[in-house]
Amino acid sequence: MCLGIPGRITAITDAGRLMALAEVSGVRREVNVACVAGNDIDALVGKWALIHVGFAMSIIDEDEAARTLEALRELGEAQETLEQMAHSKEALQ
Amino acid sequence: MKFASEFRDPAGARALLAAIAATAEQIGATRHKPIHIMEICGGHTHSIFRYGLDKLVHEGIEFVHGPGCPVCVLPMARVDECVEIAERPGVIFTTFGDAMRVPGHRKSLMQAKSEGADIRMVYSPLDALEIARRNRDREVVFFGLGFETTTPSTALSIQQAAREGLTNFSVFCNHITVPEPIKALLDDPDMTLDGFIGPGHVSMVIGIHPYDFIARDYGKPLVVAGFEPTDLLQSILMVLVQIREGRAAIENQYSRVVPEHGNAVSLAAIADVYERRPSFEWRGLGEIDASGLRIRRKYGAFDAEEKFGIGYAASSRNVPEIEGCACGAVMTGKMKPTQCPQFGIGCTPEMPLGALMVSSEGACAAYWQYAGARAAE
Ligand code: SF4
Repeated sequence: MCLGIPGRITAITDAGRLMALAEVSGVRREVNVACVAGNDIDALVGKWALIHVGFAMSIIDEDEAARTLEALRELGEAQETLEQMAHSKEALQ
Repeated sequence: MKFASEFRDPAGARALLAAIAATAEQIGATRHKPIHIMEICGGHTHSIFRYGLDKLVHEGIEFVHGPGCPVCVLPMARVDECVEIAERPGVIFTTFGDAMRVPGHRKSLMQAKSEGADIRMVYSPLDALEIARRNRDREVVFFGLGFETTTPSTALSIQQAAREGLTNFSVFCNHITVPEPIKALLDDPDMTLDGFIGPGHVSMVIGIHPYDFIARDYGKPLVVAGFEPTDLLQSILMVLVQIREGRAAIENQYSRVVPEHGNAVSLAAIADVYERRPSFEWRGLGEIDASGLRIRRKYGAFDAEEKFGIGYAASSRNVPEIEGCACGAVMTGKMKPTQCPQFGIGCTPEMPLGALMVSSEGACAAYWQYAGARAAE
């Protein structure tokens, strides 16, 4: 909850609501990109972002993304976040 | 310590440890007269234990584990209120999973769920919004918990709900802020802190200036740090160098992620949706001025406190904590987790008595999780 997880933004799904698809360790989910969109939301596609509870909070480079992910795995936080994403899918039903 | 395999850059880590030791010697820090450095963020606490940094650094440095674990500082009364809302007919109560096992006076959210309340663990308030869209005949409440890293997410979700005109979505806002409890700790005459490691991801949102008062008014250094082990070592060194030079400043070791002025969109959303409460209750720390947020009147339709008449504003103060639990003393660094009479006896991660045992960011759970591994070394 406190540590963001790096994800790569792969597509814009709803420009009006500032929503995009992000890939986080092989898991895809919709995230809000309001905090990083700037004036050109399409420019986000392909970029890495630190994602906090479904919100992209900061654009980072690929190297930083890899290092952060490794650190999160070491702490067990990456696995926990991915589990929470899976749980959340169930909760929608 | 399996040094080479544990660190990404073992040579770099060794050099940093040597520089830390040399600087600690120059300051005259010893095991009996240590320099006390508080890491504010629970993520840092976890990292320090995971890598055994407290054992690797010079013996004249002592870590004091700060209040930066949101579930650990959640008073039992707030958990009771969550349960009360969740047990109302027609309510779907949504929360981050972290809050599920925090003990309340009667029960935790986990227990309430097993007894039939519709409580759902979600990864994001966006999912709570989606549940509200799909269940128009139910009241969907999201438990807004956490520091400035999660505050923008609930603020933006409330703005979105307002734009859509959703009438069955509300947030039970118990968001708290990082700088205020630090001020409270610095004002505590029993506290002997020499410097701080500042939170990385919180600072990504608020920037580094909300900490200015720590250097300016209290003369203590603070270095905002990333949470990789070498980030932490480098930050500790930066704090020590300031002490050696007789300086106190707010420095940013994590500038690759933390902008000086934070994230403008997040800050604007927070300012639009929330206002400060005059004071707020923290488990173990008591009431702290201006340390909690509530939803502004104009978004009152999305305020669960208002909708249900339940919450901090409506509750009586100072509900006592469980007897024999030393969470408060541990949280203020006056006691080590292992000195708590309940540690490992009445309180384990499986059956937590206090909140510090619930999350891996809590000092007690971190001690518990890594103490075994250490004993084997
Ligand atoms: S061991 Fe349990 S009761 Fe004791 S301080 Fe830690 S969390 Fe609180």
